[in-house]
Formats: sequence, C-alpha cells, structure tokens
Amino acid sequence: MDAHIQVKNLNVYYGKQQALKNVNIEIPKNQITVIMGPSGCGKTTLLKSLNRFLELTDGTQITGEVLVDGQNIYAHEVDVTEVRKVVGLLAQRPSPLPMSIYDNVVYGMNIHRMKKDRKEYKAAVRHYLEIAGLWDEVYKRLHDPATSLSIGQQQRLCLARGLAVEPEIILGDEPTSALDPISSQNIESRLIELKKQYTTVIVTHTLRQAKRLADYVIYMYLGEVIEAGSAREVFNNPQHERTRAYLEGQI
Amino acid sequence: MGLMKRHWQRRHFVEAFMISMMRVSLFIVSAALGLILWIVVVRGLPAISWDMVTKIPEGGYYMGKGGGILNAILGSLYLASGGTFLAMIFSVPIAMYLKTYLGDSKWGHYVRLSLDVLWGIPSIVYGAFGFTLMIALGIRSSLLAGIIILALIELPIMTRAMDEVIRRMPVDLEHAALALGSTKFEVALRVVTRQMLPGITTAILLGFGRGIGDAASVLFTAGYTDRIPTSLMRPTASLPLAVFFQLGSPYPEVQQRGYAAALILTIIVLAVSLGSRWLSARLNKYTIK
Repeated sequence: MDAHIQVKNLNVYYGKQQALKNVNIEIPKNQITVIMGPSGCGKTTLLKSLNRFLELTDGTQITGEVLVDGQNIYAHEVDVTEVRKVVGLLAQRPSPLPMSIYDNVVYGMNIHRMKKDRKEYKAAVRHYLEIAGLWDEVYKRLHDPATSLSIGQQQRLCLARGLAVEPEIILGDEPTSALDPISSQNIESRLIELKKQYTTVIVTHTLRQAKRLADYVIYMYLGEVIEAGSAREVFNNPQHERTRAYLEGQI
Repeated sequence: MGLMKRHWQRRHFVEAFMISMMRVSLFIVSAALGLILWIVVVRGLPAISWDMVTKIPEGGYYMGKGGGILNAILGSLYLASGGTFLAMIFSVPIAMYLKTYLGDSKWGHYVRLSLDVLWGIPSIVYGAFGFTLMIALGIRSSLLAGIIILALIELPIMTRAMDEVIRRMPVDLEHAALALGSTKFEVALRVVTRQMLPGITTAILLGFGRGIGDAASVLFTAGYTDRIPTSLMRPTASLPLAVFFQLGSPYPEVQQRGYAAALILTIIVLAVSLGSRWLSARLNKYTIK
C-alpha cells in the first residue's frame, strides 16, 4: 500500500479521559478512507489529529506521531499553518466566512499569498467553484454574501474554499450530516471525483454512506482501532467480531 | 374537553404578576426618559436660535446678551471625537488580544476585572487624577489633556463592550479560518473584525456617548473658555459645562440657554447614534447570523 498518512502509537487524552488508545494505522494515497464506529468511539478525534485541530481544545494531550509523506506533523519545527494548508477540512456544518462568495474562495489563497494579481485570483475562483460544482449556480452573484446560499450550496462553497489552498489531503467530518439528501449526494459525487487527486478521509456514522464512498475502512470502538483494511475485505469478510456486529447493525 | 380548560392555578397568577411587574418597570423607565426629553425640549427649544449654534459668546453673554455656544459645541465635538479615537486605538487591540490570546485564562480574568474596576471609577476621580498629573508635569488645562482623560474614561467601557461582543464570536467560524491555515492573528484581523464590526461600532458609540456627556473630568483638565480652541494646547469649552454654568446663572434667559445647550448635546448624541446604527446595518451585510 502506498501510504500517504501514517499514524504511529497515537494516544490522545482530554484531561484524564483517554480518547484514543495507541492508534497505529496507515491511510492510502488518493483513495477514500472512511472511519466508522459508534458514537463517542474517537472517530472525530482521530480525524482532528490529522490537521492538528485537537490542540484547539484546552487540556488535550497528544503522544505519538502522525506522518504525512514521512514528516511528523507534530514535530517541533513544523509550522501548524502549513500542516493545515496541506490537510484541508470539510466541517460537519458549512461555515462560510463573513464575506462574499468570491472572497470566501479567495481568503485562503490570499493568506498564503498563492496568486500574483486579480486576474489569477479570478481564474482560480472560477476553477475551484467549477470543481465544487457551484459555478453555474453562483457566477452571476459572486459578490453576494455567502450566507445567501442554501446550506447545501454553502457546503460546496466550503469545499471550493478548501481546495483553493491546494491541499493534498481532504478531511471530512460527517460532511453531509447537516445536508438534505440531494445536497449530500452532490457532495458525495464530488468527493468520488476528487479522489484521483486527493487523499480523502471521511468520518461517517451512516453505514450506507461508508459503503458508497469507501476504498479503505477503519473501524473504531471505544478509542481503539479494531479493524482496518480495504473496503471489500472489511465489508464482506470482517476479521473481528465487533466489526461484524457493527456491520450487522447490532451496535 | 374538560382537560383543555384553563384552571387558574398559582403558577398562572405568578406569571400574570410577573408580566405586570415587567410592564410597570418598562413604563417607569420610558416615562423618566420621556420626561427628561420633554423638559429639555420645552425649556430649551425657545432659546435655540441660529446665533446659538454659529456664534461664540459675546460680551455680557452670561448676563443675557448676544452670542452663542459654538465654542462649547465644537469643543465637545473635538474632545469626544479625539478621546474616542484615542481610546479606540488602544481598545481594539486589547479586546482582540483578550479574545485571541488570553481567552478565559487567569490573566484574561485579571485584565477583565481591572477594566471593570476602571469602568466603575467616577469621572470626577479621573478628573482629579488628570489634574494632579498635569500639575506635576507643569501642563495647563488644554484640549489635549481633556482628550487624554476622556480616552482613559472611555477605554474600559469600549474594551469591555467589545470583549463581550467578540466573545460571542461563533467558534465554528474561527475553526473554518484556522482549517485553511490561518494564523490566529489573521483570524482576528480578517474574520473576527468583519464578523463583529456592528458590535464594535456599538462599543465605540457607547464610549463616545460617555465621553461627550462627561462634565466632571473635562472641568479639571480642559478648562473652559469662550474661544474656539486653535491648538491642542489651548483650553476648550464643552457642552456639559456650558449646561452647568448657564443653569447656575440667576438670569432666566441664561438658564433657558442652558436647557438649549442640553438639547443640542442630546441632538448630537442622537445623530451620532443613528448615524452609526445606519452604518453598522450596512456593514452587517456579510455577517454570519
């Protein structure tokens, strides 16, 4: 397996409570990896360890390593803003920035000084809105507030905004759970299109979505990784009793 | 259908009682406000004239002769705008620092506590403090001294008002910006200020209102003069003191001009307040609700 991300001996504590117990996994490049498991099993914690979002919560302790292309993102000399530029996040609920649709896409490129002039920004905005499948719906009103969009459109805007900083990895924290079925489907098909170029890691609590999206599956239970493997293997022939029980709907 | 009928129980009486109490309080407050405005308008309006707002006091003005209070109007505008501007320069960064880097930490708590204490200090104490300092430094009462002391009075009000507004910043919004690789400073500068602009405007307005209405502190520090100040080092008149001096006069026409000065002060505060509300409504366009 061509691993893009390697997690080694990762332990996470919120105060005294241990949220992740000695996690060791590898996440394949340019595939969709789905993290599954019952509520409170540490799915989101694992996901947020990948873009160093855990440290935004006070009292979090992290030991172990997360390697992206062989570089430990928790190493002392690593710049956290560079980590988050490489590892993008699509949040549970879309949260557009308090500015226009256009400026939302420009924001990230602007802080990282990625483009030279207006023309380049304009072209990039169009490019990423097209990738996110939003251009046709918004090109006439790029300077309207982002909040004027529907929730589903906002989530696609957030996708465009995230892709605009040219990440290599996309994290999705239940990225469709706040959306209606049609918008969810739209986001899912974007993610499937994008996996050729991006390593994608999605947390989901719907088994059906996991089956639709996953190339690779990580099953977690009570802060531990119970099973990880290709989607075909895990769904058809789970090695572990707990995984089997979850897939059969007992948990 | 007996179940649906209202049975008058104790809790229903409690609710009815509480509602009437709220209404009574609301009435008392609105009546007081209405009465203040009424008195200022009824007594002040007849004395308002074009001369009043375009001329400085002429000889014998305080005995009922000609002239106006342009010196106090301009003096107050200079003092309050200067003080508000100076206070803003310091309070915006302090509020941002409190939110972004101190948060709810121990130090954040201490800073907020001291600002609250400063907020509660009467303005006459600020005035006396300024006066002592000016004597020690050998400075005479001046526009600059008045501006500095008003800035000191406005600073805690503005900072805490901003702080309370900025603390309500949705955490999702911050995380969205951080997830794109922003530094905390970029989040503060590019996202928090934009989202909170209407609230920050309100905070600045609160400071301005306090500054322009304050009499005690400028009495000591800015002094009073019949001339319009031509430099920061000259003393200046102010509207609250114009009200105070004229109401203390034994001449009825001068007293009436005191009410007119109060009316002008009220109109200025009202205009600034409406203007900034209009402005913040326009700035509100992109705010995430």
